[in-house]
Amino acid sequence: MGILASITVLLVCQLIGETIAKIFALPVPGPVIGMMLLFTGLLIRRGLPADLDKTANFLLSHLSLLFIPAGTGVVVYAKLIADEWLPISTALVFGTAFTIAVTGLTMSFLLRRRGKS
Amino acid sequence: MAQLWAVVDGNPLTWLTLTLVVYQAAHWVWRRGRMNPLLNPVLLSIATLSAILTLGGVDYARYFSGAQLIHFLLGPATVALAIPLYRQLGQIMRSAGALAAGLLCGSVAAILASLGIGWALGASPQTIMSMAPKSVTSPIAMGVAEQIGGLPSLTAVLVILTGITGAVGGAWLLDRLRVKDERARGVAIGTASHGIGTARALQMGEVTGAFSGLAMGLNGVATALLTPIIVKWLFG
Repeated sequence: MGILASITVLLVCQLIGETIAKIFALPVPGPVIGMMLLFTGLLIRRGLPADLDKTANFLLSHLSLLFIPAGTGVVVYAKLIADEWLPISTALVFGTAFTIAVTGLTMSFLLRRRGKS
Repeated sequence: MAQLWAVVDGNPLTWLTLTLVVYQAAHWVWRRGRMNPLLNPVLLSIATLSAILTLGGVDYARYFSGAQLIHFLLGPATVALAIPLYRQLGQIMRSAGALAAGLLCGSVAAILASLGIGWALGASPQTIMSMAPKSVTSPIAMGVAEQIGGLPSLTAVLVILTGITGAVGGAWLLDRLRVKDERARGVAIGTASHGIGTARALQMGEVTGAFSGLAMGLNGVATALLTPIIVKWLFG
């Protein structure tokens, strides 16, 4: 499988995912369904083609870049965010910290407890 | 000069190229700064581009007309998250129970914290509802916000800011809490800060990245189902 074929596989999965999401009016985005489809496909195939691995690695190693165009949309809401900066910034910092703490502590506690038993 | 600017400004390629240049410069600064989390490349790039657009009087829609090519790649990149997931399948199956419990607690914590903090500090109802689903990937978060009376486009921005917050502070906080297990670290970062956190988690290692990507997808589903229920239950 070449690089071009790998990109095609990713796009086909996304397209099927988006179509399924639309037809069944699912709250899950098409690409996430596409991810599940590809994952299932790999399970059935029992093996990862080297070029698909390479292509995925390239895309994922620059994943941060892909959020920048949408993130720059912050300029559109600069005024609204400035008006309500206190609740927004507090929810951002403490809400996110709280979520990370609850998730991380719960899971590491359960992993450790199971590791002991 | 003005004529030259008009030509450059009117070409969508300008904004695509500028985004790539700014990102690579930010990445260079981050590496030079010994990967200090406060120099996070996404944070630096968005701050720089926002400043350029504001100072240059460039409309965001015009910027996006060029930069959308990069934005488009988010779809295939999300599909590509199946690959680290597949490679870590064994690890994931072995910790499925702990993963599900951590994820569920985290999902509820994220929704309650956003609603509670917004309400306690007097945010407008529209802002509170826009904040509720901010821990999950934008397409899901925007759909949820719309359903509960938030502003989807504001949610999109809050989602990005939450992602940056998790990417910047996540590892630091988990170190302080002595959460050392890579699987737990990945799930915590992915649950709280979706794709931007996952991008950072992938840099920490493949196990952390795979668990973060999985948690991001699962929390998207959990948040889509739980937020309307919690909002209805709290606000009637």
